[in-house]
Amino acid sequence: MAVADNTILSEVAATGRGEYRARTRRKITILVGLGILLCLTFCIDLAWGPARYGLDQVILALFQPDAVSAQVRTVVWDIRMPVAVMAIVVGAALSAAGAQMQTILANPLASPFTLGISAAASFGAALGIVTTVPLLPVAAGLIVPVNAFIMALVATLFIHFVSQTRGVAVQTVVLLGIALVFIFNALLAFVQYLASEQALSQVLFWTMGSLSKATWPKIGITLAVLLIALPLFARNAWALTAIRLGEDKAASFGVNVRYIRLETMLVISLLASVPVSFVGTIGFVGLVGPHMARMTLGEDQRFFLPGSALCGALLLSVTSIVSKSIIPGVIFPIGIITALVGVPFFISLILSNVRRSW
Amino acid sequence: MVTLELNEVGALYGKRLVVSGVTTPAMTAGEVVAVIGPNAAGKSTLFKRIAGLLNGPGEVCISGTEMAGKAIGYMPQDTSSNAVLTVYESVLLARKQGSAWSVNDADLVLIDHVMTALNITPIAFRDLGALSGGQQQLVSVAQTLVREPDIMLMDEPTSALDLHRQVEVLSFMQNQARQKNMIVLVAIHDLNQALRFADKVLLIADGKMRACGAPLSVINPEMLREIYGVDARIEKCSRQFDHVIVDGVDA
Repeated sequence: MAVADNTILSEVAATGRGEYRARTRRKITILVGLGILLCLTFCIDLAWGPARYGLDQVILALFQPDAVSAQVRTVVWDIRMPVAVMAIVVGAALSAAGAQMQTILANPLASPFTLGISAAASFGAALGIVTTVPLLPVAAGLIVPVNAFIMALVATLFIHFVSQTRGVAVQTVVLLGIALVFIFNALLAFVQYLASEQALSQVLFWTMGSLSKATWPKIGITLAVLLIALPLFARNAWALTAIRLGEDKAASFGVNVRYIRLETMLVISLLASVPVSFVGTIGFVGLVGPHMARMTLGEDQRFFLPGSALCGALLLSVTSIVSKSIIPGVIFPIGIITALVGVPFFISLILSNVRRSW
Repeated sequence: MVTLELNEVGALYGKRLVVSGVTTPAMTAGEVVAVIGPNAAGKSTLFKRIAGLLNGPGEVCISGTEMAGKAIGYMPQDTSSNAVLTVYESVLLARKQGSAWSVNDADLVLIDHVMTALNITPIAFRDLGALSGGQQQLVSVAQTLVREPDIMLMDEPTSALDLHRQVEVLSFMQNQARQKNMIVLVAIHDLNQALRFADKVLLIADGKMRACGAPLSVINPEMLREIYGVDARIEKCSRQFDHVIVDGVDA
């Protein structure tokens, strides 16, 4: 190997690390930009609705509540704020969960929605609503979210262990996920068939996905789950990135691939099921958010993870605005909008995967 | 000075014993050991066992290293990846594991030097998915080198490289072994390269070790007939390197 003399070698080398540092700075700038954009959509979400306010009024209501009228204060803080915050928290949670599923399953089509985890959580929640039978002995008020979590966990572990089986191809895992969607949808239909009229309307809420019933305690729990999950993922950032290079290679870097996969899957099941248990099935955010982050930031988890969370939050925040804008005075269930946007994206992903790998 | 010795080493895939009874004399720092054998002989499996990625009977004895857990650098056979990472990021990844996110200059300096030495700086900021098979192999060599192991296990590191690059990389690895007192084990199919660059040759066939020793004591016409089913002779080329010349294939 012809090695250049030391001066030339140092110059070339300096260019390499200089470029790396410059690219890192660019990625941080993009993350900050996404954060600023999210603040903007959050304010627009608060301003938008049957009564429309200017951004100046919203900012005033946020930072000097006494300076605006009681009506503006009530609408911004009590009516729109929980929905706007829930959109951000749920979007971030679902997108971060999708990003990590795609990472550890090495599958661009993986997300809590496409692999049946959301459907499993919906079934668990419906079981709680209709039969009031807890899958774990918990307080009456927690039956629905705990049932949703248990079913999501079962689905996640099923996907995890099948994906670990020798000889199971990446495409097989996606097909199994689709099979899970069908199974849990059938079980959900069965529960709906047995449900009382009142319970049925509550179950329907899950299948549509809506932020309109967001409350501060629900936001608090979802945010707590997100704030527990993100540092756990962040701690394994290098290892998770290495897994994208292949199992053997990651193991050769000293990564305990089996342990990291299992831990990540468990956290994903929590991250994917809790939002679903509160706001219902909101599809495709966990699919689209990570791809937006991947296209702009790459797959270094130090940027990909916060990027995915921010993109998911941004996506659902924008969708929340759109859901109020289609017909003035009517707020559409947000799950309908994400599906309308997500399905074409899903199809384009499948088609692009036929042509080349992701 | 690091030494590596295999004592009745076997490797299990699940409950199936795929490789068994591999015993070698001590391999010492600065040595290049070529691991040869037909397809599916068990070379890759043996490497995974030595690297600790597979379980099995016997003992892999490593002494003379203080780098517990990082003594062995393993370059797998499959180097392809479609991760949306640049070459530079992927090499950094090999260097950086653990929970700290920060990257210090010393790590980047090392990466720059390894990449420059392997002549892959022109592709440093290209996505992994956009690389040719040969380029991916060179990146994989860089990833293994930046871990600064005492023992390197390289599973067919030159299989996708052109002839010029094969000689360059193997020569480079030989120099690295000498300069950094590493033991380099290379699984390789090209017996001429094994004769040229290896200090020792380890022959595996049907999951068992058949021979281990000086290159010419292992690679000889009898072995080539028995293991590979070819009529061949060993001759010296114009530069005095030993060379396998295949005269025919056994019917």
